[in-house]
Amino acid sequence: MNRLLSNVVGSFVEAWQELRIHKTRVMLSLIGVAVAVCAITTVVGLGAVAQQSIVEQNERYGGRAATLSLYVSKNDGSAVDDTVMQDVWTTELERYGVEYASRVLYSSQTVQFTDGAVPVQVIGVDQPYGTMHRVTLSQGTWFTADDVDRLAPAVLVNQIFYDRIGQPDLATHPTTTLLGATPTTAVITGVYPVSTWDTEPAMYLLMDSLSALVPADQLAAGGNVPNYELWVPPAISEELIPALQRDLEGALGEGTMVSVNRQDYAASNEDPFASIKLLVAGVAGLVLLLGALGLVNIALVTLKQRIREIGVRRSFGATAGRVFFSVMMESIVATVVAGVVGVIGAVLIVTNPMVQDFIGQGMVTDFPPFPVEAALLGLACAVGVGALAGLLPALVAVRVKVIDAIRY
Amino acid sequence: MTLLHLAGVTRTVELVDGPPLTILSGVDLDVEVGDRVSVVGRSGSGKSTLLNLLGLLDNPTSGDLEFDGRPVRSFSSAERDRVRGRDVGFIFQQFNLLQGRTALENVMTPLLYASGKQFWQRARIATEMLERVGLGHRLGAMPDKLSGGEQQRVAIARSLVRGPRLILADEPTGALDLETGADVMALLDEVATGSGAALITITHDPAIAALASRHLRLDHGVLTVVGETVVPDELEAVPA
Repeated sequence: MNRLLSNVVGSFVEAWQELRIHKTRVMLSLIGVAVAVCAITTVVGLGAVAQQSIVEQNERYGGRAATLSLYVSKNDGSAVDDTVMQDVWTTELERYGVEYASRVLYSSQTVQFTDGAVPVQVIGVDQPYGTMHRVTLSQGTWFTADDVDRLAPAVLVNQIFYDRIGQPDLATHPTTTLLGATPTTAVITGVYPVSTWDTEPAMYLLMDSLSALVPADQLAAGGNVPNYELWVPPAISEELIPALQRDLEGALGEGTMVSVNRQDYAASNEDPFASIKLLVAGVAGLVLLLGALGLVNIALVTLKQRIREIGVRRSFGATAGRVFFSVMMESIVATVVAGVVGVIGAVLIVTNPMVQDFIGQGMVTDFPPFPVEAALLGLACAVGVGALAGLLPALVAVRVKVIDAIRY
Repeated sequence: MTLLHLAGVTRTVELVDGPPLTILSGVDLDVEVGDRVSVVGRSGSGKSTLLNLLGLLDNPTSGDLEFDGRPVRSFSSAERDRVRGRDVGFIFQQFNLLQGRTALENVMTPLLYASGKQFWQRARIATEMLERVGLGHRLGAMPDKLSGGEQQRVAIARSLVRGPRLILADEPTGALDLETGADVMALLDEVATGSGAALITITHDPAIAALASRHLRLDHGVLTVVGETVVPDELEAVPA
C-alpha cells in the first residue's frame, strides 16, 4: 500500500516537474487541446441553448409537451351548440383534473388605426394559454383571471400593432377601437414580440371577450370554430386521448365527431434533436481529434530528446511500469490543466449574454444554466485525449533500452 | 559477505552479418561488502558490458551471476529494477545530471522510486547528502551553473542518497582535470567508506585505479587479477 501510494504520488511529482521544466513547450502544445476542449464544451453548451430555443419556439406554436388538441364537428356540417359544448368541456376538465386548458379561436377584427380601418388577426384564448404556449411579452403582463370582468376588454397586441399606434406608454392605459357591429374600446395591457417573418398586426383577446364582441353563431357562420387545448402530463396523454374522445362523443350525442390529437413538438417518437446532436457531436469530435493529433506529434518529438533522461531514471530504479505511468501522467496532468482552462473559457462564452441572445435569437425565455454534462464531457475529453496522446510516447519510453539510453 | 558473485560469465551479441561477437568470456568475480575494486581495460575490452551486468542492466549470455546470494535470472523485470534502485548507485563519466532540475532535485530523483520514509522525507535526505559532499550552499543551482567537479559531486550524492550497497563508477574522473578528479575520488572513497558500500571503479587512469584495494584488468573480454596492492606505476596506463 505504502509502495503504491509513493508510486502514484511520485509519478505525479515527476509529471509536474516535467511540465514545470518544459512549461513553454507544454503550453504551446496544450493550446490546441485547450482550444479543442473549449470548442467541444462550448458547442455542447450552446447546443443546449439552441435546443432550448427550438423547444420554446415549438412550444409557442404547438404548446408544451403534452398538449392535446380537441376538435368537435357535426357530421351534418351544423355548428355544435356553444353552451352545451362549454358545459361538456368544463365537466371533462374537472373529471380529469386538468388545470391548464384553453379554447383557441382564430378570427379577425377590424381595428381603427390613424391611417384607416384595418382587419387584424385576433386569437381568442383563455387565460391559461399564455403558460401553455409560453407566450412572452416585451411589455405589460399576460391576461389575469380578473380581465374577464373588465368592461373594456383587455387586449395584447404584437409589436407591429404597437408600433403602428405610436408605441404609447402602457402605464397610460392606451386604448384601441375594435370596429364591427358594436364598436368597442379595448385596453392594451401588453405587447408581445414578433418573429422576423411576421409583417402584419395581430392581437390576443380573451375568448369570453371575443364571444361578447362577436356572437358564437356569427363566428361559426364564418367558419371560425374554436379548438380546445389541454396541457397534460406526457405520461397520461396516450390514455387520455381515447377517453376524452369517448366521453365527448357520448355527451354530445350521435352525429358528433370528436378528434383528439397531440400537437406538441414531442408527439413524434423520434428524437426531434437527433440531427442537431449528431452535427454537434461530429464537429466536436473533429476538433478534438485535431487537438489530440497535435499533442501526440509534439509528445513524440519531445520524447526523443528525453531518452537519456529515461535511461538515467531506469538506472536509479524506475521500473518500466513506472516510466510508462509517469509519461502517461505527464500527458494527462497537462491535458487536464488545459481542459480546465478550456471549460472555463467555454463557461464564459456560453453564459455571455451577447452570445446567448445571438443563439436564442430573442426566442428563449428560460436560458438553461451552463450544462454540467458539457463541463464533465470537456474534462473527460481532456483526460481521454491526454491518455491517448500519452499512450504512444509511453509505449516508446518503455521500449527504450536502458544501456543504450544512458549513453544516448 | 558476498554481494556479487560471477562464475564463468560470458556475454555475446548476435550480429546480423556474421558470427556472434563475444564481449565477455569466462568472467569470475566475487565482490564483498566494503570492497574497493578497480577495473582497467582498453576501449572495446568489455568494461561497459561488465558494468551493465554488475548493475543489473543486462543479463549474461551464460554463466552464473548472483546478487546478494540470489541468481539474477530469478529476478522479475520489476524486481530487478527495484533491487537496482535500492542497492546499486551509478556514477557516470558525463555525470548525466537531469537538465532543468536543481542540484537538490537531481539528488532527490532516486528517492522518488523509494517508498516509506525515504520517499516522504526525500527533500531532507537529499539536502543532507548534498551537505555531506560539500554542496549545501548550491542546493538550488542548475547543472549548467555548476563546475565539472561540482556536477560530479552532485552525481555522487545522487548515487549514494538511497544508501546503496554497491557503487558502480564508470570513468568518474574522465571529464575532470587531474586535481579535481583526485578530490572527487577522495570524496567518493570517503562517502563509500562511511556507508560501507562496495565500490567498483572502471577507469583508464592508473592513479585512480591504484586507489582501490583490488585491481582487475579486462583484455578482450577476459578479466584478470592484477594484484591486491599496487602502486600506480605497476598499472599500465591504458589508452582510452
